[in-house]
Amino acid sequence: MRLPAWLGQHLAALRALLVLTVLLGLAYPLAFVALGRVPGLDGKADGSLITVGDKTVGSSLIGQAYTDADGNPVPKYFQSRPSAAGDGYDPTATSAGNLGPESVVDTLSDDPEVASQSLLTQVCERSLAVGKLEGVDGSRPYCTPDGVGAVLAVFYRDGLTGPVTRAVSVNQTGDPFVQTYAGVTVEPAKNGEDYQALGGVITPIRGNAPSSPAVPADAVTASGSGLDPNISPAYAELQAPRIARERGFTEARVRQLIEEHTDGRALGFLGEPAVNVLQLNLALDGEQ
Amino acid sequence: MAGWIFVITLVIALIAVYRPFGDYLYRVVTGKRNNVVERGVYRLVGVDPATEQTWGVYARSVLAFSAVSILFLFMFLRLQDKLWLSLGMPNMNSHVSWNTAVSFVSNTNWQAYAGESALGHLVQMAGLAVQNFVSAAVGIAVAVALIRGFASRGRSELGNFWVDLTRITVRVLLPVAAIAALIFMIGGVVQNLSGGTDGTTLTGAAQHITGGPVATQEAIKLLGTNGGGFYNTNSAHPFENPATWTNWIQIFLILLIPFSLPRVFGRMVGQNRQGYAIVAVMAVLAITSTALTVGFELHGAGTVPQAVGAAMEGKDVRFGIPDSAAFAAATTLTSTGAVNSFHDSYTALGGMMPMVNMMLGEAAPGGTGSGLYGLLILAIITVFVAGLMVGRTPEYLGKKIGAREMKLASSYFLITPALVLIGTAAAFATGNNSTALNVGPHGLSEVLYAFTSASNNNGSAFGGITVNTPWWDTALGLAMLLGRFLPMVLVLALAGSLARQKATPESEGTLPTHQPLFVGLVVGVTVVLVALTFLPALALGPIAEGLS
Repeated sequence: MRLPAWLGQHLAALRALLVLTVLLGLAYPLAFVALGRVPGLDGKADGSLITVGDKTVGSSLIGQAYTDADGNPVPKYFQSRPSAAGDGYDPTATSAGNLGPESVVDTLSDDPEVASQSLLTQVCERSLAVGKLEGVDGSRPYCTPDGVGAVLAVFYRDGLTGPVTRAVSVNQTGDPFVQTYAGVTVEPAKNGEDYQALGGVITPIRGNAPSSPAVPADAVTASGSGLDPNISPAYAELQAPRIARERGFTEARVRQLIEEHTDGRALGFLGEPAVNVLQLNLALDGEQ
Repeated sequence: MAGWIFVITLVIALIAVYRPFGDYLYRVVTGKRNNVVERGVYRLVGVDPATEQTWGVYARSVLAFSAVSILFLFMFLRLQDKLWLSLGMPNMNSHVSWNTAVSFVSNTNWQAYAGESALGHLVQMAGLAVQNFVSAAVGIAVAVALIRGFASRGRSELGNFWVDLTRITVRVLLPVAAIAALIFMIGGVVQNLSGGTDGTTLTGAAQHITGGPVATQEAIKLLGTNGGGFYNTNSAHPFENPATWTNWIQIFLILLIPFSLPRVFGRMVGQNRQGYAIVAVMAVLAITSTALTVGFELHGAGTVPQAVGAAMEGKDVRFGIPDSAAFAAATTLTSTGAVNSFHDSYTALGGMMPMVNMMLGEAAPGGTGSGLYGLLILAIITVFVAGLMVGRTPEYLGKKIGAREMKLASSYFLITPALVLIGTAAAFATGNNSTALNVGPHGLSEVLYAFTSASNNNGSAFGGITVNTPWWDTALGLAMLLGRFLPMVLVLALAGSLARQKATPESEGTLPTHQPLFVGLVVGVTVVLVALTFLPALALGPIAEGLS
């Protein structure tokens, strides 16, 4: 019996798919799973796990949060970057923040389900918190002193032009960060109000914060993976005095440990210098 | 500075492998002998490797294979909870399964799910990763069939799809992927079948360290310009891309095959300089675009990057800004769509570049195979435009570009813009744009990016949009399906039409297609076509955002 051509073709396709599935989908990956059992490679194939005593404390490639049960930083540890993976550094829910460069207006509400922070406010709030923890100035451009995005909705008489008729500090329900804008008294925002929809022009205000803030960029931004195992050497340096104080080490000793756990650029040009936070914190624990 | 050296070393490495790797590919697709594995495959499949196919049979084989693949993968995803190694994951619902099946078969790897919380190991390695191999091989096969059309001297056969599929898989993709998988394992990429390890962090919290056969899938994800990550955060995840140097190798793998295929083209049409001209077009566009992307990100314009002091949101420390931006450029210049940083949080113009790259039709250098045939279509359009200027019948490589060829080429070019613009308009008209995380111009960018990515079979995303609703899954699935297979059928029809022509001898009036003038013309035609098509949409999205 001869099959019709179209059916023959689909049968050939099915057979090809099955043969290739066995080769590419089973033989190939399973051979490498077996190869991953070879001593020397097995640790990496299993996820570069670190055990202290008989306890797995994490992976040298996966970052973790050094916070207590309430989410507050544990001061004797170097702190990681902000993370958008689950509740922070959750490998079963990896994610980035995904807010854009002009995400500057918060949704204000009494209902925590509805309220949401813009990326700008997240950055300002983190900067203020890190500044407070490390005893440095946490101010940044486009941030208010109370740690939200310094953004006005400015209303003009003729829409986009003409004299200013009204100005609202959109991220603040309390006292606005500036008294007046172009001669008009700045109002605080009301919950649930969308000033952009009312015709306000969203205007971020630079302020006079230094353009290179004391708190480094990686300390106030969420990573891509949500599991970033590293911080920048600048952020590690910022934390060194606190660690020394909390643990009774000399700052020089802490700096030496930072250096030991810093990977420079591979071959001098690949990537950026990075400090492995878990290994550094383990080294600190090992000293005591 | 280090960032620029990073880009330059990649360029040098690709130049170094162009001839040897291209020649190897050439021998694979033109060789007469079949090795023992290949003969075994032919026997099991039941095809005669010596039979050649006309364009119609070739196209029907491609479509049959892809249709069976979609159905197989769909069933696999729907039944995963009944199979081994599912790690207790439930089956995938029908609209996400449809979307995912089309996505992987069409070489798009758009992901409406998060790997670590939706899929078990078996479906990843025996379902998705298999398509990573074969969808790449299908793309290369179609490109080779088009070249055979150019090289043919009046015979209408274009080769045998089953032979091309098998050889490209067995002799090119599998060995290179195996080497890359080993290198990745040395770098720290995981490769196991474990459901994960429970750890207790230094401050006493629980952390579940995930496992999986990642290294083998990672290798083909990049080599085959697929891009579908094992985990949700793709190549940003330290278990997929653990080190600064693995990042370099990942970008190299993405670009390896697309940049080497013009060598195959040059050799098969018997003039290496034709291959050089095509690769020059790709290089001009790719280097310009990469430099702009890196430059925009380093400059860090925009309110939030200014407040932060650098465009670090969505980027990991080890890669830093320039190496992340270089990855973004490579992944969208090809049809890969893997990401090592999140494009949604890029500066307005830095985030526009990946979109522009995809709109270029991903022909510079484009996906495995699809990039080459995309660029050859653009070359045909260029020859036609140049022919109109001087009033001669356009010819390319001795083949007359007549009415039939031009109809096929222009239809090819129109498919993706139609899908992107109609899709975006439909999302807004039906209110489905409301699932975007951002509002205003950035919200438009997110929707536009989604359809651009799907229609061009890229698969990268402006992450801030929720796409696993039935509407989005269906719409993007259709965009991926049509954006992949309609162009393929047109390319094969074009190949058939070229193959039947006898070669026309060159005359004084023939436009030389291997000189800088032609390279410049193709670049110009490409940029003008894309600008005319997409500028209005871009002006309302990223450009409006960048100017505000």
